Amino acid sequence: MSAGTARVGAVIRKELAEFRRNRLIVTTAAVLPVLFLIGPTASMLTIKASALSTALDKRVDYALFLPLLVPVLVPTLMSAYSVVGEREQGTLEPVLTTPVSGAELVIGKAAAIFMPAVALGYLIFGVFVAITQLAASSPVAAAVRQAPQLPAALVFIPLLAAWSIWVGLAISTRVSDTRVAQQLSVLGSLPPAALAALMSFQVISPTFGLAAALAGGLLVIDCAACLVVARLFDRERLITGVRAGRRSTAPATSRGTRPSSELNSHP
Amino acid sequence: MSGDSTLHAGRDETGTARTGRVVRRPPPGPAAPAAIEVSHLTKVFGGRTAVSDVSFSVAGGEVFGFLGPNGAGKTTTVRILGTLISPTSGSATVAGIPVGPASAAEIRQRISVMPESPGLYQRLTVTENLEYFARLYGLPRRQARISEALAAVGLSDRAHDLAGSLSKGLRQRTALARSLLNEPAVMFLDEPTSGLDPVAAHEVLGLIDALRDRGVTVFLTTHRLDEAERLCDRVAIMSTSLRTIGRPDDLRQELFSTSLDVTVAVALPEPGRVFGGLPAVQGWKAVGPPDGGPAGYVLTVSDAAQAAPAVTRALVAAGADVLSIAQSRHTLEDVYLELVGDAGERSR
Repeated sequence: MSAGTARVGAVIRKELAEFRRNRLIVTTAAVLPVLFLIGPTASMLTIKASALSTALDKRVDYALFLPLLVPVLVPTLMSAYSVVGEREQGTLEPVLTTPVSGAELVIGKAAAIFMPAVALGYLIFGVFVAITQLAASSPVAAAVRQAPQLPAALVFIPLLAAWSIWVGLAISTRVSDTRVAQQLSVLGSLPPAALAALMSFQVISPTFGLAAALAGGLLVIDCAACLVVARLFDRERLITGVRAGRRSTAPATSRGTRPSSELNSHP
Repeated sequence: MSGDSTLHAGRDETGTARTGRVVRRPPPGPAAPAAIEVSHLTKVFGGRTAVSDVSFSVAGGEVFGFLGPNGAGKTTTVRILGTLISPTSGSATVAGIPVGPASAAEIRQRISVMPESPGLYQRLTVTENLEYFARLYGLPRRQARISEALAAVGLSDRAHDLAGSLSKGLRQRTALARSLLNEPAVMFLDEPTSGLDPVAAHEVLGLIDALRDRGVTVFLTTHRLDEAERLCDRVAIMSTSLRTIGRPDDLRQELFSTSLDVTVAVALPEPGRVFGGLPAVQGWKAVGPPDGGPAGYVLTVSDAAQAAPAVTRALVAAGADVLSIAQSRHTLEDVYLELVGDAGERSR
């Protein structure tokens, strides 16, 4: 294992340990997914088998859209906090004095949020599908099983989660207040969520080609965002709140030091 | 602080810090290679100059005090040398490596910086905090290093406590253990006793003093002059620019003339006749209120050893009841106030 990989692993391990120890974070992060599971599931279980196919399709569109918000919203607040929060707690500066690079730090933090967010997204979808297949009427179960959004969700959950994480991290490395970071990150996570909504509700026809193109585009954006966030990670800005200035080549003038003969001498 | 004494620190069997005034090890000689070289370092934030044209060097194994009032540029200098921020102009080498973006990671591998705030993860245990940093440094034998570092600061029995449950003093010791993990060539300690009660501060200072025995170069920023005087081989006094640098004794001698403090039971009727013409006495002034009680005089002398017996004889001959004759002792605080006191007042 290279030193860089080991340091990324160290960051992931530390972040996950902190999540585990902070039960409030785990609990509050679970509230939204549970709500997004209960609502659509109840909607599927209460629709009558005799409902018109258009009404059923609309319910399925709605039911499969809401869980898609889990990988968008859950990681947003965590990633928005991850850098500026450490800065406010005073734990960032000691870390920055170690050999860890900015890229290693942000990749480790992103991975530590990505894994549980994606796992939670898949879990919500899995539980929703399992309940509808076991408890819903046959036409409803079949409509869910055959919905094109289902395979799309498998692809889009990690891509949407990655988008939200990189947006949150980018903002977290540039602002000095956690609340500002979280508000901006929520706004930043809306565009892909809006796109998913348009496709889920068939405002845009979700053809396979369009979905594939969007997925590819999102993948490229996520990869580029990783590089951009790593470059945005400026130690000086994070420590002082001021970005690194240009170096002057002109020597500064000496003033007010005494005794001058002492300077540059060893004891 | 006399020139031939020092504080040696260690741990007793219970892990409690103990300190005692034993033998002052001479500071590293001129032959010792420089651990830190700073040349014309300047840092400007926007339109505000935080550090202006600072130059100095610190020898390997030296305990170097960096003193100055709040906002004097001490922390900024440490951050530049710790490769956290870049200088606006000037240059520096740390542990023999030029400070710059290309060498930053290499420098960080060989130094440690203990910021003013311990910066521990409250929900992780002491060991987990240290393990995180051991992994970031890529250290082999992680568990052994962590055990050694905890033992060095007397925290072995608190290894599995949550950092958030520790007192401020113990957190500071944990931060010190974290700084020892990578066996640094140079340690930067930024206000390590800030906010600690006297007992906790005493323990932390004892631990810092023990670093001498490890041969670690210690760069200590503080505005607590007593601890600088107690610990440091040399000190630099900073107030945006460097005001002075040297051994505390040398600075005292440079700034203050030698003098004798004389106290007699009753004010002398004609002190000029008593002190005038005495060998090695250059001048005198009365400092006590002439209200019939004990009176004080400060005599400026060229050689205290020669002047003191002559002054004693002259006072006895004049019929004075001598209460005390002592050589004036100027502290590092006197030096500090002489150099930055006015500037400090103005900045407040």
